[in-house]
Amino acid sequence: MARMKFLCDADRCIECNACVTACKNEHEVPWGINRRRVVTINDGKPGERSVSMACMHCTDAPCAAVCPTNCFYTTADAVVLHSKELCIGCGYCFYACPFGAPQYPKVGNFGSRGKMDKCTYCAGGPEPDSTSAEWVAYGSNRLAEGKLPLCAEMCSTKALLAGDGEIIAQIYKERVTKRGYGSGAWGWKTAYKQDIAV
Amino acid sequence: MPLSNTKSWMIGSWLMGAVVALGLLVAPAAAQQPTSVNPTASSVNEKKLLEALKPEFGSTAAIQGRASIPDSQSQVVQQPAGRDWQSFRAGTLANVGAYSILGILAGIVVFYLVRGPVRISAGRSGKTMERFGSIDRFAHWLTATSFIALALTGLNITFGRSLLLPVVGEAQFAALTQLGKYVHNYVSFAFVLGIVLMFVLWAKDNLPSVRDIRWFAQGGGLIGLGHPPADRFNGGQKLIFWSVILGGIALSVSGYMLMFPFQFAGIGGQQAANVVHALAGVVMVAIILGHIYIGSLGMEGAFEAMGSGKVDTNWAREHHSVWVDKVMTKQGGKATPAE
Repeated sequence: MARMKFLCDADRCIECNACVTACKNEHEVPWGINRRRVVTINDGKPGERSVSMACMHCTDAPCAAVCPTNCFYTTADAVVLHSKELCIGCGYCFYACPFGAPQYPKVGNFGSRGKMDKCTYCAGGPEPDSTSAEWVAYGSNRLAEGKLPLCAEMCSTKALLAGDGEIIAQIYKERVTKRGYGSGAWGWKTAYKQDIAV
Repeated sequence: MPLSNTKSWMIGSWLMGAVVALGLLVAPAAAQQPTSVNPTASSVNEKKLLEALKPEFGSTAAIQGRASIPDSQSQVVQQPAGRDWQSFRAGTLANVGAYSILGILAGIVVFYLVRGPVRISAGRSGKTMERFGSIDRFAHWLTATSFIALALTGLNITFGRSLLLPVVGEAQFAALTQLGKYVHNYVSFAFVLGIVLMFVLWAKDNLPSVRDIRWFAQGGGLIGLGHPPADRFNGGQKLIFWSVILGGIALSVSGYMLMFPFQFAGIGGQQAANVVHALAGVVMVAIILGHIYIGSLGMEGAFEAMGSGKVDTNWAREHHSVWVDKVMTKQGGKATPAE
């Protein structure tokens, strides 16, 4: 089985936000919830870079470690998913997450923030694959159809890569070698305890 | 033809001059051109940004920028402080909680076996006197019942996953924990009201005095023989009172920060609030376990103070001699006979 990862090549990202839009549309993500976002660092200054960020599907995921109801699980493809049946909306995963990935449908009075929502790597949830129950709670399950996450699939500059960690790391490595620069595989050290040495 | 020769020489020299001049203009530019272009020379680099962050606990150190989504939390790329909070919640808290609670329970058992319950040395007199009125008892039991509900649901958030979940199964545990969360959130208001009431009712009589030092020096009637004199509240009770007041303040302030997330603090503040809340919670559970023991099994005649509100006069004389004297002089030595 593959070890699925995301890699954002910030030197290619043009901040078009197509990944954000694709994600919202594909899963019909409600207003106020953003499974993916594009952040521009040093905006307007020389050397600004944009990074597309979502749940990185960490190795030894912090969210899973702190969850009081143990609602997270890791699939055979190393995708970190959660069960909205078990989630109590306590917000602990957001405190632990280094990437700010967990989202809550309600603003949060009296602790009722609703079930947490986050990037599923287009892999749905614990319900049987591609069922309407899965669709309603988690959005579409592209992985079950043999497709990669839509955000990366439709990235116009191929800045955002999704797929097996070794393959996308190799692609990034070749790019950096050929063009002679790279601002880093954003989040990899934090999420996977691994950096891409070029 | 000399003229044409001269003319051609002039044209030639003019051309030469132009070429040299052009060369002078072009040369510096060509010399500056590096072998390869590095457009990222001034660009941000993740590794350097991460190293520059000093993720101190409770801080909101993060790599952030600008995002087109209005929510300011979406502007964060990475916030490493979550790892510290994770190690607290998944490691430190479980240890501190388990050791303090199991430690106090073991202490109580040992104390019960070695010392046994504190008896009324003179036996019951059969006469009672009022110690706590209905408002006093209401404040106490409001705080007590809400604290037990809060403690059980709170302990479930910390220890339920490893202790209760394997027993009841994940679906039932999730339903129970969800219900527990609502109980915890709403019952908190009753708890805070109880804390405020107790503070208003009893703070005056709980101010520390010199007598408390002597009380502690003599072992408070728990260790060693004899009962050191005490007013309405003895040194130990004052210690419990102020622990409850201070613990209650810490729990309620941090608790409402958690109940209304990001209204008063950023992510660092939320993490800190959780640490304060969880530590204060387990410490309070440990203290209250001791309090429950001494107010029930551990001391003959103590429960009645908060039960019926009326205590045996012999009990009162032994434990609160100064207070009894004050009440007696005020009432003219009247005590109601037991029913």
